Amino acid sequence: MEAWSQFVQLLFSGLTVGSIYALVALGFVITYSVTGILNLAQGDFAMLGALFCITLVNNGVPFAAAIGLSMLAVMVVGGLFERLAIQPARRSPVAVLIIITIGASFVFRGIALLVWGTDPYALRPFTGHGALEVFGAVIQWQSVWAIVISLASFAALHLFFHRTYIGKAVAACVINPFAARLMGIDIRKMSLGAIAVSAGLGALAGIVIAPISGASYDMGMMIGLKAFIAAVVGGLTNAPAAIAGAFLVGLLESFAEGYLSSGYKEAISFGLLLLVLFFMPNGLFAKMTGKRV
Amino acid sequence: MEHGQRMTDGRKRWLLLVGAAVWLGLPWLVFGNNYVLSTLILIGLYALVSTGMTLLMGYAGQISLGQAAFYGIGAYASAYLTAHAGWPSWLALAAGAVLAALVALVVGIPVFRLREHYLALATLGFGVIMFTFFKEWKEITGGLNGFFGIPPIRIAGVPLQSDLQFYYLVSLFVLAGLWFAHNIVRSRVGRALRAIHGSEVAASSLGVNIMKYKLQIFMLSAVYASIAGSLYAHYVTFINPDLFGIVPSIYFLIMVVIGGTASVWGGLIGAAVYVCLGEWLKAVVPLLLPNAGGEFEIVFFGLLLVVMLIYMPNGLTGVMQKRMRRFLEMGGRQEKQIAAVEGHKARSIGGERG
Repeated sequence: MEAWSQFVQLLFSGLTVGSIYALVALGFVITYSVTGILNLAQGDFAMLGALFCITLVNNGVPFAAAIGLSMLAVMVVGGLFERLAIQPARRSPVAVLIIITIGASFVFRGIALLVWGTDPYALRPFTGHGALEVFGAVIQWQSVWAIVISLASFAALHLFFHRTYIGKAVAACVINPFAARLMGIDIRKMSLGAIAVSAGLGALAGIVIAPISGASYDMGMMIGLKAFIAAVVGGLTNAPAAIAGAFLVGLLESFAEGYLSSGYKEAISFGLLLLVLFFMPNGLFAKMTGKRV
Repeated sequence: MEHGQRMTDGRKRWLLLVGAAVWLGLPWLVFGNNYVLSTLILIGLYALVSTGMTLLMGYAGQISLGQAAFYGIGAYASAYLTAHAGWPSWLALAAGAVLAALVALVVGIPVFRLREHYLALATLGFGVIMFTFFKEWKEITGGLNGFFGIPPIRIAGVPLQSDLQFYYLVSLFVLAGLWFAHNIVRSRVGRALRAIHGSEVAASSLGVNIMKYKLQIFMLSAVYASIAGSLYAHYVTFINPDLFGIVPSIYFLIMVVIGGTASVWGGLIGAAVYVCLGEWLKAVVPLLLPNAGGEFEIVFFGLLLVVMLIYMPNGLTGVMQKRMRRFLEMGGRQEKQIAAVEGHKARSIGGERG
């Protein structure tokens, strides 16, 4: 019975973390699909979202409004980032664009450090400190919130891409940018929109995880990198697969931490990344294989 | 130097002589000020790492986001072998370099089959995994508490303990590193690397073994980083895993971007600008923002990275090289031939797009 409750405990903690990674990984997929850029600053949107939200809540703003406002603020940050850092370097080689996003990530981290300092902050859970008990395992309500919110976001995004005009325009850019432009879709606007939406998703992820693991200026890098693994494992342009990848990474980490050793959990998830990269280097999605001569 | 006959041009030789004189005389100019000396030593150590990375990124066009791992391999190999196994420091340094080269070989074979995003990611993953090992393999590395009591490096039985001695030792390594890099660039290997950078497809259809050259240069850059790590371990006598994580890898990347990859001097220039700017920021920013703590300087380095890549993607050497050539051209006829060779040098990080 002891082993069973530990298993359930680890399962839920894996699903919780996985749902956070999934939100950020979805941002990766949207950005990469529309712009072709791998945005390594994605995790820092989560950090900014969490810290904005905590500041607002601490200043007496109602919880729901604080969440909305901080998501909006991070979307503006994401838009600025796109206009100031990505757009001027559109024609650079891929490696240069990657390094630019690393630079932006440093800027976000550094600004957060100057504004909020090095101490970690706590956010109160969305609905009290209560917990559920399932098979002897203690599951915080916040974990349930994390899983529900991420699933709801996936559903909302699905509707957005398949039912709205803008969503379909974005999807058209993904499928064939040239044809989309001929149809009068402004790719630059789509690029701005994609990064802003990704930033908003990242912010939401940060806000949801903040009551569980706290928030500090340097939380972004690890969340971003894990989500990145998820996106790669799932295939960089395939949203449902990236979500599955995120839950896989979350569960793998949680069980590795519970049954093996907490220290090596990072090595395990990055080992998974390398295995996928090495053994399915181009097979993750077929588009990569045909390199022009 | 062996390539002396190529430098029939008098101005170039004078420039090198003046440079050498400044480098060797620098400690006397600053009256042996230890703060300045230790800054110079740090510049030298970083310059070694970034010179190796300049070769890798600029000439082979490969990105590495995990270079600090090799720096760490050298540092921990030297630390463990000298402090616990009782090896002589030079043997330990060589062992670290061999180990780093082997790790680079094993990692490089699968990694260099990847390109662009996937390559960047794989090197990042490698960096995180190595960092985890430095942190967790406590019997060897001492874990997060760090590794204490690394003995000083010895030359003919005499321990090098003063900053002045270490300055000369490090500068010798930097000179040797630059000279070696310079020769690599002008060799068949260098031409092959530039061909790879220009277009991998064209290079391979002309019979250049892309994989072999990429691996060789990756191993070489690992050796540069490992030697710098060994020297660093002996210099500070205390190391901990945070020095070899992902953020330090990014710092090395920043140095390469600042210096630019247009010439082998990029690594040294980038390291010098990086260290001086960092020290200056640490001195100035707390005066303006009294509660600034931690690694606040990353804001400025992040901005610098973005701005440089957008407006000056060839780095400082890219800008300097143009002026330099104009200056040298006043001196000799031979110059045209050299310029013709160097005109094909690597232009930016990353190579072709598409």
